[in-house]
Amino acid sequence: MEVPRHWRLRQQRYALVGEVCPHCDAKLFPPRDVCPHCGQEARTRFTFSGRGEVYSYTHMSDAPAGFEQNAPYTVALVKLEEGPLVTAQLTDLDGKPVEIGMPVEMVTRRIRSDDGEKGILVYGYKFRPVLAGPR
Amino acid sequence: MDVEETNSDQESILLKPELPVGIIGYGAYVPRYRLPASEVARIWTGGKGGLPVKEKSVPGIDEDVATMSIEAARNALARAGIDPGQLRAVWVGSESHPYAVKPTSTIVAEAIGAVPHVQAADWEFACKAGTEALVAAMGMVGSKMARYALAIGMDTAQGRPGDALEYTAGAGGAAYILGPAEESLAEIEYAYSYVTDTPDFWRRPEQKYPEHGQRFTGEPAYFKHITAAAQALMEASHTGPEDYRYAVFHQPNTKFPQRVAAQLGFKPEQIQAGLLVPVIGNTYAGAALIGLSAVLDQAVEGDRILMVSYGSGAGSDAFALRVTAAIESRRNLALKTADYIARRTQIDYATYVRYRGKLAV
Repeated sequence: MEVPRHWRLRQQRYALVGEVCPHCDAKLFPPRDVCPHCGQEARTRFTFSGRGEVYSYTHMSDAPAGFEQNAPYTVALVKLEEGPLVTAQLTDLDGKPVEIGMPVEMVTRRIRSDDGEKGILVYGYKFRPVLAGPR
Repeated sequence: MDVEETNSDQESILLKPELPVGIIGYGAYVPRYRLPASEVARIWTGGKGGLPVKEKSVPGIDEDVATMSIEAARNALARAGIDPGQLRAVWVGSESHPYAVKPTSTIVAEAIGAVPHVQAADWEFACKAGTEALVAAMGMVGSKMARYALAIGMDTAQGRPGDALEYTAGAGGAAYILGPAEESLAEIEYAYSYVTDTPDFWRRPEQKYPEHGQRFTGEPAYFKHITAAAQALMEASHTGPEDYRYAVFHQPNTKFPQRVAAQLGFKPEQIQAGLLVPVIGNTYAGAALIGLSAVLDQAVEGDRILMVSYGSGAGSDAFALRVTAAIESRRNLALKTADYIARRTQIDYATYVRYRGKLAV
């Protein structure tokens, strides 16, 4: 059980909350408090839009421990429109082919259960193909 | 005893806040998977017998009431155009909360950025848990305890394999942000609640699937409570069916809302826009509320809407709403109910069994 770790990461996982550098305006995800671009302190909260595109991806047939229930699934590097690359599962694909450059949007989903049926439920970001409709 | 006999002062039975209250933002959510009722019939009755719906919505393996509520709430926030930090209540009504003990509402509040200056709670009253939260939110805003309050009705309903409920037990719901009427896209003019102790449907602790009283779920339960609530609200507010452009009734199957509408004097075209059960199934605590979101997606200024929920056990909440001019500029700020219904991936019974965790391994 890793309750304290899940708890510490909840805001970045539920809502893509990262940081923006007040010196060079770089957007940081995950938050790291020091800007990797200009080396200065960067602790200002920034919530990402959740929009981005697939930078690269891979298909997972043999899932790691804790993710067996979801297999098979696709993991992607998603290039957020604000700049950072994040690693996340893609969801709601339904066997449709994934392409590099495909527009995706963040959704908060159930990632796994920590410690089987008894443990806490871990929620976090995944990405799905952008849904058609007004926004 | 009937309402008519017990209350001489009809006005006083209405739930009407001091400060006029309305909906300032709303958002729907329906998961993408659909199980045709013919698939359930294929497995359990050899394909024979009538079907209560065409198909029902099924949540994906990574979805539950928390994740679905988060997406509906984000849609409601997009339409409301407020900072989530201004919400003073985040309330989730459901009969399928992911935990037996631990609130769903804290997960939702954290994900939408409404923490920490917020009241959070989970509501339960079978299929009217969502409208209970809506009435309470009217009180919070109407008393000026809060400027904005969020009420959600959402379910991933459970049906025992082979039971009549398995054809219809669907997934979906909607979120509503209430605020002062002058900021609203629809003012809630009145509410009224009608409650008795009527055991037509229940689930004991530790039980995985609900039980129901077969035919007892009809006349003394669904029909009695909805007609009593609708009639009392209309009498007390001096309105009749002809005053409402739209009506939305709790919809456990296709026939019940059609029949109760006819009993109350509403025409089929008044319930058409909000009758979603044939294509998404019974979304329990979400059913009346997502019917209302489909109506708001197409209503125009001045339209009046009657919504009546029903929760087993039993009770109905009735609401009279009047749409304002603000609807035009806000409805296109988020995905509409029909957008979620249109994204549809049909699954077979085997996939349904896997997604809903009905497979014992």
